[in-house]
Amino acid sequence: MSPTALQPTALPPEPSPAPGPGPAPTPLSEQLAYQLQRRGAPAVLVLVAAIASITSSAFPTWGNISTILVGNNFVWLLALGMTFVIITGGIDLSVGSMYALGGVLGAYGAQHGGSALAIVLPLVVGAAWGGVQGLLVARARMAPFIVTLAGLLGARGLMQALSNEGATTYIVPKNSFFASLGAGTWVPLVILAVFFALGALLLARTRFGATLTAMGGNENAAVLMGLPVVRAKVLVYLLSGTLAAAAGALGAARLQSGVTTIGVGYELTAIASVVIGGTLLTGGSGSVGGTLSGVLLLGVIHNLIDSHFSQYGSAFTDTVNGGFLAAVVLLQTLLSRTQQLP
Amino acid sequence: MSSITWGGAALDRARTRHLLQEYGVYAALVLLFAVAVVLNTSFLSIGNIRAQLLQVTPVLVVALGMALVIGTEGIDLSVGAVIALAAAVAPLYLGYGFVGMLAVVLLVGAVSGALGGAMVAFVRVQPIVATLSLMIGLRGLANIINGNSGKPVTDGAVATLGIGNFLGVPVMTWVAAGCVALVALLVRRTTFGRQLVAIGDNRQASRLAGLPVRRVLVTVYVISGVLAALAGLMLVGYSAESDPSTVGLNYELSAITAVVVGGTPLTGGRVRVLGTVAGALFMQLIAAVLQQHNVYQSYQQIIEAVIICFAVYAAQERGTR
Amino acid sequence: MVQQDPAARSDRVLEVVGVSKSFAGVHALRGVDFELRPGEVHALIGENGAGKSTLIKVVTGVYRPDAGRIRFSGEERHFGNPLEAQAAGLSTIYQEVNLVPLMSVARNLYLGREPRRFGLVDVRRMNREAAETLARYGVEVDVTRPLRTLGLGAQQMVALARAVQIEARVVIMDEPTSSLEPREVATLFSVIRELKRQSIAVVYVSHRLDELYEICDRVTVMRDGEIVHTGEMARLERLRLISLMLGREMSSVRDKGSTAFDTARHRQREGVPALRAQGLAVRHRLHDVSLEIHPGEVVGLGGLLGAGRSETAKAVVGALPTEAGTVEVAGRPLRRRSPAAAIRAGVVMLPEDRKVEGIIPNLSVRENISLAALPRLSRACLVSRTRQDEIVDFFIQRLRIKTSGPDQKVSDLSGGNQQKVMLARWLCLNPEVLLLDEPTRGIDVGAKAEVQALIDELARDGLAVLLISSDLEELIEGANRVVVLKDGRVVGELEGEGVSEQRLLDALATAPSHPEDAEYAEYAAPEHEEQPGPEEQSGPEGHKDRKEHRE
Repeated sequence: MSPTALQPTALPPEPSPAPGPGPAPTPLSEQLAYQLQRRGAPAVLVLVAAIASITSSAFPTWGNISTILVGNNFVWLLALGMTFVIITGGIDLSVGSMYALGGVLGAYGAQHGGSALAIVLPLVVGAAWGGVQGLLVARARMAPFIVTLAGLLGARGLMQALSNEGATTYIVPKNSFFASLGAGTWVPLVILAVFFALGALLLARTRFGATLTAMGGNENAAVLMGLPVVRAKVLVYLLSGTLAAAAGALGAARLQSGVTTIGVGYELTAIASVVIGGTLLTGGSGSVGGTLSGVLLLGVIHNLIDSHFSQYGSAFTDTVNGGFLAAVVLLQTLLSRTQQLP
Repeated sequence: MSSITWGGAALDRARTRHLLQEYGVYAALVLLFAVAVVLNTSFLSIGNIRAQLLQVTPVLVVALGMALVIGTEGIDLSVGAVIALAAAVAPLYLGYGFVGMLAVVLLVGAVSGALGGAMVAFVRVQPIVATLSLMIGLRGLANIINGNSGKPVTDGAVATLGIGNFLGVPVMTWVAAGCVALVALLVRRTTFGRQLVAIGDNRQASRLAGLPVRRVLVTVYVISGVLAALAGLMLVGYSAESDPSTVGLNYELSAITAVVVGGTPLTGGRVRVLGTVAGALFMQLIAAVLQQHNVYQSYQQIIEAVIICFAVYAAQERGTR
Repeated sequence: MVQQDPAARSDRVLEVVGVSKSFAGVHALRGVDFELRPGEVHALIGENGAGKSTLIKVVTGVYRPDAGRIRFSGEERHFGNPLEAQAAGLSTIYQEVNLVPLMSVARNLYLGREPRRFGLVDVRRMNREAAETLARYGVEVDVTRPLRTLGLGAQQMVALARAVQIEARVVIMDEPTSSLEPREVATLFSVIRELKRQSIAVVYVSHRLDELYEICDRVTVMRDGEIVHTGEMARLERLRLISLMLGREMSSVRDKGSTAFDTARHRQREGVPALRAQGLAVRHRLHDVSLEIHPGEVVGLGGLLGAGRSETAKAVVGALPTEAGTVEVAGRPLRRRSPAAAIRAGVVMLPEDRKVEGIIPNLSVRENISLAALPRLSRACLVSRTRQDEIVDFFIQRLRIKTSGPDQKVSDLSGGNQQKVMLARWLCLNPEVLLLDEPTRGIDVGAKAEVQALIDELARDGLAVLLISSDLEELIEGANRVVVLKDGRVVGELEGEGVSEQRLLDALATAPSHPEDAEYAEYAAPEHEEQPGPEEQSGPEGHKDRKEHRE
């Protein structure tokens, strides 16, 4: 026993308990399940990348890798925001629409007001939209999926209204500061890296992050522990909306216009990446690092399908995504059952 | 809570709320129809009504299955993808004649539903997640089957289902009416229907009362899949082509909206078949009125979003607020 | 009786004076006085429904009292919620561990008040301090592991450490040992003694008498929402403690009680038993329980709260997975174990928790009665309305169910009538064996008598009945035979003239305990003391409860 243990005087004379139970040995299956849950995605990612590198000489080139890394037009940020929402046990179906809306707003701002407006406008609208959704979920206690489903419709409507039913495409002026945010390889890479690093810190190293995880794991307990559950719930949807709008704006900067047809179904890919990255859809457990592995894994697979099965195109990717998601969810459910046995 | 001091007001409120929940959708439907006719008398024209029916019928068919699923406190996001899959499979089996093709298509719907249902009932995955994975995967599969392109479908029987008339009413509407009658009968009069509602209301008590919980759950998702497949066939007939990348897109959304606007609570334990019909008609009517008065689609979507939120909020029970 | 001292005195850290609380007319607490001195361990005991939980909830701000005052540290305080109470130094450790199972042990200990450096959580310091703190509670584990990988006992210790760390002056422990191993119980006790040394007062709720005598200084016994005894723990005899809890004075065992049971009924015990259960075992809860019930016999199942009575009934019908044991119905073994299979074989169970496990609240009386019988009332899957109405009308009349009509929502009925609806659901199946878990709890006196008379009548008609009841009188007068359970084992059986309160109390008090079963936990039947009457479910709490339980 450590020196800070209870004073012997406080101990009863007769039973004299054995010093602490000590670390009870965890069953192997349980450890395996736990590790698979946490490190499954990175492991599969490394495996897939290794096989791809060995079998194809085109895969491990910098040109190809940079395509994987920045070819997604910042869509990965949707998965980042979704990670936070899913960790609280919620879901945000509006991010795809918000991505499109953010893009149109960014391009509109860039064309009419310059780079500052192009950055501020999407962020403000995204935050406001997400905040309202958060209030409906946290205060009116409506189901997250129905609120954000309505949000999906509404945000897309707003985007189309802004673009005159898709007839007007706003153009980001070349050589503006805003356009430079999405240009080339390195700037987008740095931006993505910064976002993910900040996200990881927020989730793992702040009280806010701990609150999100705790309320996803056991909301009742979180309330009883005095954590600001309602506020965190509003904030998490606000954060997701803001991130989605920012991603859209950055995507517009890269594409140099506000594309109105973009973003349909992106929320599904985001959810799939998050879940594949090991975050529990029931909430309470997950990490930004896992999500990063998830998006990278789907990115690599997408890349491989593009180069080997191009005749099937995106359909094949969707099928793989869906299959992956189903498999991971089934695995998660079964794993959590192994671990929960008393 | 100071319910004693304003007890009378609280009672009135509860009453109003109850009335709104029970009959709100019918009243709104009648009102909206009256407004539509007053604004534009040609709204009553045979041609217009027919056009509206052709648009709303597939949604309604899907919504019927969705209502059953929601009645068990579940959700089925895969219906749009099942529509696409049905559309993709249909042209492949036209050689076996209409009946053979129909059988295969409905079977495909049933299998898709059974997959989701098995995940929900046996593995106990949350319904939203189980059907989400199917939603993503099945549409991809449909696209692969069809080689990523639209195929023209010229079969006469399919076209009849899609655009044909019988006694001046679209054939597909007759079929849908049959489905409504069947589902209503199922919910109200059959063992299965009553068990379904009981399971949605209190699953634990239902299990202890010896109800076959798993079997009922799987069956509900199978029915939803079959109805979605049927709707897929209707859409193929309507557009005379099979294009899995666009057909049935967002139908899960429209179906959920119809069910929710129709007053079926998302918390399960209640299935309102006629309410769902009214909900689907109401949403179609809104879209039609807005369209005819040149309100952009963008605003239509925003209005729809508000209606969904309002309907869910209104249908929420007092206790859960 | 309890000393009533109007002035706040420094030797009372918590004082409850004349507190009453009722739910929709049913009294859960009636003029309760309770006081807690610094540094004492105070046992709070009583059977299900005695009002322990309600008292705790009133004190910690979950409920508002209808009348009475609560003083905390000499000031009159009415906490708005448990959080406020906790901030003021009144921590509660609930029976079901209220932590976040997926997060790490250290996180759970420090949630909401993590040590920070430069605005970020200082994980290393948090882990180090958590390990140090927990070592003092005898928990030496890797604090970065998820909490759920720990044993329940260790989890309980984490909860305790967390509660104490928030500068608690009073710690309320609700069944703290229900999931602990003997070794962990010893550690818990040493921690409690340490708390005493620091002048922290502990309210100790438990039904394990051995533990109470080992650790508690004083004891308060509750029954039917009232305090029936307060005093030194050591001065209260075990037998007397039990009779206080059960509300029976040793001297006042009457010949004929106030129940509606006909005591002079013939008994038959020959031939094949209608139900024979052998060696039933449910993980942590039941160990080798065997039962036999013959047609026409009412067998009582006696035991204190947590003895495994409900679990026995549930194990018989297959609602709880069994590890071992067989069930035979009229000599034929029941192979598939599920409620549906049991019902097909003619064994039905009336569950204890009507609200969560019994009624389908939003369906009508008609549907609730005919729910289980639906397949039998149907032809080609279509429910025959005439046959349904026939049966429903018959049972509404026979059981005298007071309802505005078969279409009334069952949740709008009173508790007694809901119970009759539940009985009707089973009786219309013509069962062979009827397992009744607390059939008269929470229903009014009139309905209670009717239900008791009905049980008699059914037994006379040849039904085999298992009767579980905390109402001693009901058990003694209603049953031909009483099987006594303790810690999930059969510890005795009373028969014939031996079925008396005296003998039952003796059996409960003297039966040996099984320390090796101390891990026994009563997950299956969490206390629903806060439901003195089903009428309460019209309130918002009721609905929320139901939703939570369905999860």
